[in-house]
Amino acid sequence: MKTSAEKKIIWTKKDLLGLEYLSREEIEFILYTAEGFKEVTTRQIKKVPALRGKTVVNLFYEPSTRTRTSFELAAKRLSADVINIGIESSSVRKGETLIDTGKNIEALKIDIIVVRHSASGAPNILARSVGSSVVNAGDGWHEHPTQALLDMFTLKSKLGRLEGLNVSIIGDIAHSRVARSNIWGLTKLGANVTVCAPPMLIPDGVEKMGVKVTSDIDIALKDADAINVLRMQFERDGALAFPSKLEYFKQYGVTSERLKDCKKNIVVMHPGPINRGIEMSSEVADGANSVILEQVTNGIAVRMAVLYLVSGARRDVS
Amino acid sequence: MTLKEKTKILDKELMNKALERMAHEIIEKIKSVDEMAIVGIKNRGAYIGERLANKIEKIAGSRPQVGALDITLYRDDLTQAFEQPVVHATEIDFDISGKKIILVDDVLYTGRTIRCALDALIDFGRPSHIQLAVLVDRGHRELPIKADYVGKNVPTSAKETVEVRLMEVDGKDEAVISEKIEEQ
Repeated sequence: MKTSAEKKIIWTKKDLLGLEYLSREEIEFILYTAEGFKEVTTRQIKKVPALRGKTVVNLFYEPSTRTRTSFELAAKRLSADVINIGIESSSVRKGETLIDTGKNIEALKIDIIVVRHSASGAPNILARSVGSSVVNAGDGWHEHPTQALLDMFTLKSKLGRLEGLNVSIIGDIAHSRVARSNIWGLTKLGANVTVCAPPMLIPDGVEKMGVKVTSDIDIALKDADAINVLRMQFERDGALAFPSKLEYFKQYGVTSERLKDCKKNIVVMHPGPINRGIEMSSEVADGANSVILEQVTNGIAVRMAVLYLVSGARRDVS
Repeated sequence: MTLKEKTKILDKELMNKALERMAHEIIEKIKSVDEMAIVGIKNRGAYIGERLANKIEKIAGSRPQVGALDITLYRDDLTQAFEQPVVHATEIDFDISGKKIILVDDVLYTGRTIRCALDALIDFGRPSHIQLAVLVDRGHRELPIKADYVGKNVPTSAKETVEVRLMEVDGKDEAVISEKIEEQ
């Protein structure tokens, strides 16, 4: 049984903008709080009254189904009211600026704004302009903090710890906010992170973030306790850097053949949606080492924890 | 604000005796251990619940099922509390439907914690009965709630606080009344 004494921290942040801005203790506190919410999601009645009377708006300037659905479910399971605003229906099309949109949302007495935007740093600008809490649901190539938190939560519940684990992030590191948030979070919590990608997809200076860098997948897989395989966005940026999907799969695809030489209990993660036969084979995606669907389940618990914590911090900030 | 300890109302021996008596009363009232289940309210109520279950096992020969309830998410003062309460996991790994549930807490005061606990518990199923066992009842109820089993009744003033300390958390067994002193 856990005691409250071992986790005594006062949450003071109104927003969750990225893991870069959090301390190790704050990240651990979110993960600890998420364990309480994980239990809620296993109940027959998966709803608690903690955010009753609060309103959450999902402000999505980029298409998203899984992240938006996960945030929506998280908010609803906390008894908050939820409004979804997508770019196609919003007044952005009529030329409204992000700050104006934010101020209008605030005037509607919304407590939490969950925002996804194609521009890196957009949530930071929004958070400075409004009193409502802002949660970053992915901004450009910058951060996707809740994805990294749910990856870490899944890893911790699988392997019991994060400190000292060897975690390899494989795929398009350069264009991945998931990679950046994971690097910030994992290194703060004491994991050894290796990033692996074709040379064109490794961002300049990434080693300054405290990670090992390689373009050889066998090096990334050897000694790894876990791998986080990123989606190759051939429809977007990947095409510029890598000629063909088949070629990518040959060189970087995670296959059961490649996993044979790895640690037996290696944990295989993927933020989804998977390109089967590009970044990993179906056999691996559906195999015993894969925790891909557990990540989806855990995502709700982690997002519940984040919404709960930022909504509680708000009253002390003003 | 500081707290000044005034009176020790339970020591180790008295606490043990009180729990012993409560265990007897529970068995006398409910009779069948299979019908009952004990649910302690986190944090200290959970440990007291474990102890009551141990005593019931000694007396009746079989052990009731035991769970621990975290009521943070059901509190009615989430928006008023100065410090955001920490969320812990609830641990009830059995079906409470049809059971006679003994809800356990350390101190009964305004009754608001118990109100939250009832809401939380009912989200897990439909018990046939819910009864309340508390180690210390200090009065000052703000809601129509009453304990079925009480370790010790203590008249207190609103300026005082009652703290139950347990070996499992605090390294010793005792209950003390302290007075709040406003600092200049």
